[in-house]
Amino acid sequence: MSFLQLKGVEKRYGDVRVIKGIDLTIEKGEFVVFVGPSGCGKSTLLRMIAGLTEIDGGSVNLDGRDITRLPSSKRDLAMVFQSYALYPHMSVFDNMSFALRLAHVDKAVIQEKVQRAAEILNLTQYLERTPKDLSGGQRQRVAIGRAIVRAPKVFLFDEPLSNLDAALRGQTRVEIATLHRELGATTIYVTHDQVEAMTLADRVVVLRDGAIEQVGSPLELYDRPANQFVAQFIGTPQMNVVDTAALPALRGAVGAANAPDGFIGVRPENVIVKPAGAGALAGQVELVESLGADTLIYANVGGKGPGQGVQIVARQNTRTALHAGDAVGLDIAPASFHLFDRQGQAVAARAQ
Amino acid sequence: MKHLFLVIRTVSAWGLTLLLVFPLIWLLLTAFKTELQAIAVPPQLFFTPTLDNFAEVQVRSDYLLFAKNSIITSVLSTLLGLAIAAPAAYSMAFFRTRWTRDVLMWMLSTKMMPAVGALLPIYVMAQSAGMLDTLTGLTIVFTLSNLPIMVWMLYSGFKDIPPDILEAARMDGASIWGEFVHVIRPLAMGPLASTGLLCLVLSWNEAFWSLNLSSAKAGTLAVLIASYSSPEGLFWAKLSAASLLAIAPIVVVGWFSQKQLVQGLTFGAVK
Amino acid sequence: MNRLIPRALMAPAVVTLLLWMIVPLAMTIYFSAVRYDLMQPDQTGFIGLMNYEFFITDPDFGPSVLNTLLLLGSVIVITVVLGVALALLVNEAFPGRGLVRVLLISPFFVMPTANALLWKHMMMNPVYGVLSQVWIFFGMTPVDWLTDLPLLSVIIMVAWQWLPFACLIFITSLQSLDRDQMEAAGMDGANAFQKFWFLTLPHLGRPIAVVIMIEMIFLLSIFAEIFTTTGGGPGNASTNVAFLIYKQALLNFDVGVASAGALFAVVLANIAAVFLIRLVGKNLD
Repeated sequence: MSFLQLKGVEKRYGDVRVIKGIDLTIEKGEFVVFVGPSGCGKSTLLRMIAGLTEIDGGSVNLDGRDITRLPSSKRDLAMVFQSYALYPHMSVFDNMSFALRLAHVDKAVIQEKVQRAAEILNLTQYLERTPKDLSGGQRQRVAIGRAIVRAPKVFLFDEPLSNLDAALRGQTRVEIATLHRELGATTIYVTHDQVEAMTLADRVVVLRDGAIEQVGSPLELYDRPANQFVAQFIGTPQMNVVDTAALPALRGAVGAANAPDGFIGVRPENVIVKPAGAGALAGQVELVESLGADTLIYANVGGKGPGQGVQIVARQNTRTALHAGDAVGLDIAPASFHLFDRQGQAVAARAQ
Repeated sequence: MKHLFLVIRTVSAWGLTLLLVFPLIWLLLTAFKTELQAIAVPPQLFFTPTLDNFAEVQVRSDYLLFAKNSIITSVLSTLLGLAIAAPAAYSMAFFRTRWTRDVLMWMLSTKMMPAVGALLPIYVMAQSAGMLDTLTGLTIVFTLSNLPIMVWMLYSGFKDIPPDILEAARMDGASIWGEFVHVIRPLAMGPLASTGLLCLVLSWNEAFWSLNLSSAKAGTLAVLIASYSSPEGLFWAKLSAASLLAIAPIVVVGWFSQKQLVQGLTFGAVK
Repeated sequence: MNRLIPRALMAPAVVTLLLWMIVPLAMTIYFSAVRYDLMQPDQTGFIGLMNYEFFITDPDFGPSVLNTLLLLGSVIVITVVLGVALALLVNEAFPGRGLVRVLLISPFFVMPTANALLWKHMMMNPVYGVLSQVWIFFGMTPVDWLTDLPLLSVIIMVAWQWLPFACLIFITSLQSLDRDQMEAAGMDGANAFQKFWFLTLPHLGRPIAVVIMIEMIFLLSIFAEIFTTTGGGPGNASTNVAFLIYKQALLNFDVGVASAGALFAVVLANIAAVFLIRLVGKNLD
């Protein structure tokens, strides 16, 4: 019996179904990330689990209990809001102890729990301050601390890093991962950033238009995407996905001469740059991006005039002498391609 | 060059300001003069101040009675107004329906009707109910007069409370009552105070209804001052003293309620 | 239960305002169509539009409408123009700016009757008033303000009181003026006047509209100042529609005619109110 179970969960606004029958099981101690483009319903789904948004259909079970109709206050879940939602008129200590005070927990116990959480989050010297005297990063920790103190059954995070600057985001991401390792708490984490998904998750749930596209571990999604959407959502830079009709030569280049009509996907790290004349494909360099450890080469392949041809991105970990305008050849690493039919579904490659 | 502009700006700003508030400054000075000094020609800027006028004002025209009336009607109408307006504003801010906006607009529109339009019916009704020249009558009229503005200002203030704080409280285990007690009530104090302050100012200065519905018994300070319009003998210094006593508290309160004033009187149309 | 709470909370406010609005309005409409003289309360009877006729043909009616419009127009123009000028002056930092702003808004908080008498006696008295002293100082004969220029005197009093209001509104609005826009314009070669004309003035367009409309609504009911100083006179030189209604009702005791007049004023105010409501409505969400 899994810890958290969603069965056929639905949400309707008028005639429109924004969440379309979600089935999902989450094990105890798992770190699950809901990821997807804006409007895919990930936050809505999280809020439905939290009880802040009503569930129109289906059921949610937590640790054997049906919580579908329970109010938020009784679900034993803690949420870290995107805006942190700290109580502006209370000190950090009062913010973090609020839930315990409502539950009439003994004062000494409250003191001990809050102190412990404050230590973990480096908030001890801020306990008497009010939120307006804190920086963004500090406020975020208080929001997390407020959740930790309650030791709930599940932690819910709603895009917690999106209001932080880039440097702080990276740092806090690592801290959240560390925290999960230490506390071992079941966590659902919503984000639109696939880097956060890849690094933090035990399992990733990719959502689009209110439905699950694929569920799996980060590397499963990376290596075996179930459809074109997931393939292009996960991985930076995006997977090269080319219409077979637009570049017939690609079939042979990837080693799938008998590939059916549809799309062929190749990840940039599997595109190998060769001198002009060599390689299965010929093209012209459009742009070179040198990032230091990685180099990205954007090449236009198969075009006979301006506006024709297909752009393919190659990635390598060595520097290049190529410039825009240079002729270049491309090879594809063997057995590294993905096939998608016209509906975007992944198709198993036929034996060559 | 920039320095020159600064000097010009400072001088003109101060000059114009002093010119504008000169009548008030003059009022302040005259209140402490003797009657003869008050009408002296040319006007005296320097003199030995005296407090006689303030005493005489009380003796001659029972200042304290009118002051008491002003205080009572302002305070009571403010409290009554808050009691009626706060629940309505709370409901509109937190339990919004598709009618909310229309109801709010309608409430504002009642304030836009000129008072003179309601003068006669109110006068006639007050007369038949025996409410003319009573504190009750005045308080009721003040309350109704200021109600739309109070609802509007409280609504704005309540709307400023971020809704996700309430959700956080819910997640932390608060019931609806708990949300109200621990989050809404503390955060509503600010809007309540500033709205109350504005209402106090508006009621205190209210002249239209005071002049028409009250006189010797329930008259407010506005009425008292009006009675100085043509008494016998020299009276400028006393008028100044009486006026000073009447307007000073509110001018000071007004200094503190500038922001609320802009919000309230323009119905929020100017940010 | 969930639906009941909001309605119960709103009920007192809605009900009282409904009564406050409908009852007087209904009564006014009723009165305006009957004969009702406070001195002869037993003589009532439906007389249709006669009251309106009476009100409009009253020799004081035309002048009072004219006075109302003059009063309204002059105060609006004075407060808006001077208000903008003062707001611009105070918009940049200078020593004592905070104090200046506090002082500037003081006249608005003076109660209308005190305002009126302050001007009537201390400023405008032709013998002892400050203005007459100033006139004498410059070698001119003092003006008997309230007798010779009654309407102008009222205009001055009211404008003095409302100037701070307009000023405060404009100061607030100027604070939200985008500095970056100004700098960009400067780099594009605009001088100070051009910046004002093309950037500041349009930005102030809305607050100016709001000030005009608010003043239209409140200034229609100017009463206390006229009551305490000129009494509408001499003759009807400073009578406005509001005072005329008051005269009819509480001085001539003709409630019928006064009610007809009141409705007239209400219609005028509503016209301004419609526009204001639309402006406010845009801001509501």
